[in-house]
Amino acid sequence: MRNNVDQKVMLELDDVSQYFQLSRHKILKAVDHVSFKIHEGETVGLVGESGCGKTTTGRSILKLYTPNTGNIYFKGKDVFSFNSEEEKRYRKEAQMIFQNPHASLNPRMTVREIVGTGMKIHDLVKPKEMDAKVEALLRQVGLNKDHMSRFPHEFSGGQKQRIGIARALSVDPDFIVCDEPISALDVSIQAQVLNMLKDLQDTRGLTYLFIAHDLSVVKYISDRIIVMYLGTIVEEATAEELYRNPQHPYTKVLLSSIPVADPKQARKKERLVVKGEVTSPINPPDSCRFAGRCPNAEKRCFEEMPSLCDVSPEHRVACFMIEQYFRP
Amino acid sequence: MPEVVLEVNNLEFSFRTYGGVVKAVRDVSFEVRQGEILGIVGESGCGKSVTVQSILRLNPEPPGFFAGGSIIYKGQDIVKKSEREMRSIRGIEIGFIFQDPMTSLNPTMRVGKQIEEVFVGRKAVSSSEAKKKALDILELVGINEPEKRYRQYPHELSGGMKQRIMIAIALVGHPGIIIADEPTTSLDVTIEAQILEILKDLQQKFMTSIILITHDLGVIAKMCDRVLVMYGGKIIEEGDVDDIFYNTAHPYTSGLIQSIATLDTNKDEELIPIEGTPPDLFSPPPGCPFAARCEYAMEICKSIMPESTSVTGKQHYSACWLLHEYAPEVELVSVKSAEDNKTLESSSDEKAGGNV
Ligand SMILES: Nc1ncnc2c1ncn2[C@@H]1O[C@H](COP(=O)(O)OP(=O)(O)OP(=O)(O)O)[C@@H](O)[C@H]1O
Ligand SMILES: Nc1ncnc2c1ncn2[C@@H]1O[C@H](COP(=O)(O)OP(=O)(O)OP(=O)(O)O)[C@@H](O)[C@H]1O
Ligand code: SF4
Ligand SMILES: [Mg+2]
Ligand SMILES: [Mg+2]
Repeated sequence: MRNNVDQKVMLELDDVSQYFQLSRHKILKAVDHVSFKIHEGETVGLVGESGCGKTTTGRSILKLYTPNTGNIYFKGKDVFSFNSEEEKRYRKEAQMIFQNPHASLNPRMTVREIVGTGMKIHDLVKPKEMDAKVEALLRQVGLNKDHMSRFPHEFSGGQKQRIGIARALSVDPDFIVCDEPISALDVSIQAQVLNMLKDLQDTRGLTYLFIAHDLSVVKYISDRIIVMYLGTIVEEATAEELYRNPQHPYTKVLLSSIPVADPKQARKKERLVVKGEVTSPINPPDSCRFAGRCPNAEKRCFEEMPSLCDVSPEHRVACFMIEQYFRP
Repeated sequence: MPEVVLEVNNLEFSFRTYGGVVKAVRDVSFEVRQGEILGIVGESGCGKSVTVQSILRLNPEPPGFFAGGSIIYKGQDIVKKSEREMRSIRGIEIGFIFQDPMTSLNPTMRVGKQIEEVFVGRKAVSSSEAKKKALDILELVGINEPEKRYRQYPHELSGGMKQRIMIAIALVGHPGIIIADEPTTSLDVTIEAQILEILKDLQQKFMTSIILITHDLGVIAKMCDRVLVMYGGKIIEEGDVDDIFYNTAHPYTSGLIQSIATLDTNKDEELIPIEGTPPDLFSPPPGCPFAARCEYAMEICKSIMPESTSVTGKQHYSACWLLHEYAPEVELVSVKSAEDNKTLESSSDEKAGGNV
């Protein structure tokens, strides 16, 4: 386990919101006043129900949107105050591996072009060394030089995901948003990609924001985990702490719903039940977003928004029903 | 032992394509018993969907065709039935739930009407009875305000709700068998858990038989009584769920178990992937389909398909040459149940109740 306290901050989101104006009176609050930090060399897992804003958070970090509130700092500098040179460097240093490998590769480009374009733009290799560099990258992700002149449709889902990873690595980034990098893959291949991401982190000191549905995988890969619910962060803790000592009612429900691959244990495991559906993120109420489904909700939960509060040094929770809220 | 309600014998199903004939399902035999949940797991493309869709004759024919075998249901062979005969079985006697509710629901028809479709043409049910049944079933699958939902269109509902509508459609005619092909793959864990519970309740209340396809070993562990493991168009292991997990007898199943990260996997542990890719179904290998990726493969594995062999004299079968008496002894990795450790440590807190 890494010690975050004396580690440099790589990325910081301070009060970031990302809204989508759907019509004159309809605002979809995909990400709503979110703050967190990621330290150098760390893997932070981001989990939560479909539509809670994970991908939008990742895309905001890469400046694919302009946030409605808040600031994003990369290595201490506001990413929206970059000059053109800093901007170019950011485009090299921060990369994203996309949720859907099929949609994120240009079908008319060969693997050589897909992986090589970034290096060309950022002038990272001389033209005559290009092929050797692409080949080395492909080898690193478990593909080989025979694959270079092929097109994306000639590859399986797992191989496409590796091409996407080779492309992200080609510009030698420091930070990668991995958006569900293994969800589209067969179970037997998921392990290959996870091992590869871990090896790369060890050899190149990469920092990851790792978005995923599979809570077992998130626990395995992450140092810290952030749980989102309808655009807000409800809990944040080290991976060990979150699974051992979850505090937010939603986190508890989420953890109790994980299917375990052990029949005797699975048959015994009691699931916590939540009522109803996820509330709509369109014009959401300014109260706890989970209140409508929460087994513990009281009057206050429907009236105010709980802010994140420390329950222990590296553990933050946003819930009125935890005892810290009742301290004088 | 409960009655057999469906029997698949030596099923072969192929597709004619420009590239040649795809042998999607090869010599598959299994049975479904009353009131059991039978799980099917296996790599993408190994033939799970084609197998269960042949039971309903839902594979496109052509290009698909039966190259052999039979599917015996109520004493008759489904393979020989006409489309008209199938219509009185599909959805009524054998219900089905597919992965993608967007494509399986009719976007132009109100939800309630889609549920009632099942009764169209069945004289025994009047339209007011059909409506009552539809509302009851919506309630059963956990839909709040059934009257309101009954009148809505699919696009007005969330993904989880649409999937429950699909389940309602599958259930409303009280079929004896339900086929669920990855019914929760596109859903969140909390909604997934709700839907799995509905299926489990049905099995227990009505003794419905359920065939459940999933790639999630956790879902299999929680839900199933028996499991079929498929690879390269064939069933390579079959047995009670506990035998499959705790006495794993096929190298592919063992590989699957080792490649998943569980909550207990230590951060410093490397996961063990299965290297390589599945066989090409245009010209499947004559021997074991897993041979090219198997760490134990012997000469014979490449040329001759191993027979399905009983593992311990029980109803647990594996198609692997390692079970042959002359094969070397190998210890395959299987799951060590956390429950076994617990009972060793303290067998006394059993009565204290389930909640931890
Ligand atoms: N460009 C957009 N315009 C309007 N709404 C959007 C846009 N992008 C995302 N949304 C909405 O914002 C919310 C958050 O979406 P997002 O893709 O970030 O969720 P997610 O957590 O990544 O979900 P999933 O697990 O399904 O990938 C959703 O309600 C989504 O419909
Ligand atoms: N209509 C079709 N025409 C040609 N080939 C087909 C057709 N339908 C399926 N196949 C082939 O049959 C094989 C088995 O497919 P099937 O859909 O049963 O796989 P599966 O085990 O359900 O996989 P998944 O987990 O990805 O759903 C695959 O190789 C597939 O490409
Ligand atoms: S038959 Fe041979 S190749 Fe196939 S799983 Fe058994 S040992 Fe491996
Ligand atoms: Mg997403
Ligand atoms: Mg399928």
